[in-house]
Amino acid sequence: MNFDWNYALDILPLLLDGLLTALIATVVGYVAALVLGLVFALARRSSKRWICLPVGFFVEFIRGTPLLIQLFFLFFVLPQLGLALSPLAAGIVGLGLHYATYTSEVYRAGIEGVPPGQWDAAVALHLPRRRVWTSVILPQAVPRSIPALTNYSIALFKDVPQLVAITVAEPFTVGRAIIAETFRPFEPITMAGLLYLAVALVLSYLGRIVERRYKGMATA
Amino acid sequence: MSSAQLGLLLYGAWQTILLTLGGMALALVIAFPVGLARVSRNKFLRAVGFVYVELFRGAAVLVLAFWFVYALPSLGWQLEPAFAGILALGLNMGAYSSEVVRGAIQAVPPGQVEAATALNFTPSQGMRRVVLPQAVRAMIPSFGNNVIEQLKATAVVAVVSIPELTFNGQLIWSGNGRAAAVFGGLLIGYGIMALVFMTMVRLIERKVAWS
Repeated sequence: MNFDWNYALDILPLLLDGLLTALIATVVGYVAALVLGLVFALARRSSKRWICLPVGFFVEFIRGTPLLIQLFFLFFVLPQLGLALSPLAAGIVGLGLHYATYTSEVYRAGIEGVPPGQWDAAVALHLPRRRVWTSVILPQAVPRSIPALTNYSIALFKDVPQLVAITVAEPFTVGRAIIAETFRPFEPITMAGLLYLAVALVLSYLGRIVERRYKGMATA
Repeated sequence: MSSAQLGLLLYGAWQTILLTLGGMALALVIAFPVGLARVSRNKFLRAVGFVYVELFRGAAVLVLAFWFVYALPSLGWQLEPAFAGILALGLNMGAYSSEVVRGAIQAVPPGQVEAATALNFTPSQGMRRVVLPQAVRAMIPSFGNNVIEQLKATAVVAVVSIPELTFNGQLIWSGNGRAAAVFGGLLIGYGIMALVFMTMVRLIERKVAWS
């Protein structure tokens, strides 16, 4: 059987719409992961046991279990509790939550990498605790986390196809709808896969550039 | 929970374990030749290794599984679903694991290679008898992490109707409609399996650690 280029070109606009949805899920999910990850990292450093223990358990549990089932949980269980999310919203929350557990580890390493003298100096200057974090520790911890954080944006994008399971209109869901009409699966599935692959390759190329630049800054 | 449902879950868990181990075995079989190709002096081999890693790290498990199950039959290749699942898992994880192999080989101090050369070892002898025995120990913890990642990735192949734990859980859910119990239970089940795998990995790590 041959690849039918006319058919492929016909369905390309629909698949590109799907890719746009996938990119939106990636960007919004990633921003959520960056913010939530920092919250998790700070909460796990809390001296109050009733904060750091449950958050620590939650983070380890989410990180150790499959994203797909977390998506099912968000999409099928929350409506029973009175919180119905659209497929895309559930997908974004799922991706953001799952990857926040990864980014929180990156932030943790970044915070631990700040030299202890910086803490001592902040105490010696009698800075209030909030300012120790916002003016001394985080401005040093976050930049050194950036290369690793960038890599997780690529990893997150590669998990977006899983949103097909909760009917988000990403390329595979679009492809399935096309197949239901045409009964010709080869081109839609191949093209959806190639679109994902192409974006992943571009992102990983950009990621390498970011990594090199930040490595250069660290040694300079 | 009826005994039929329990049987479905246990069978699914067993299939999940087989997919994890099968995928990881394929990944390791791929990882060593590809990892070695990446550090080869031969430009062509390095290029082949690079293309493999970029391609299969970029192609997510679900993308590969979808293509194997839904597109490949159009070319006249009908794969057994479980085989397609292991192939997708192994090809993808093979790319990640080959980076572990490459990193561990490059982390062996250059003095070791120089010493092997000074002792008149051929390059391949030096690799087999001096570099790899040291590098393999350094790979073990990363491979351990890969096993846990592989376990999580197996859930994805439920999307192409392979009857592992997630798929069978969905079957039960479509029967009884109790989403919270089924998906909460699945999460706990995967959590327990991850814990068991992690404990086994730690035991192996301790066994091969420098004494």
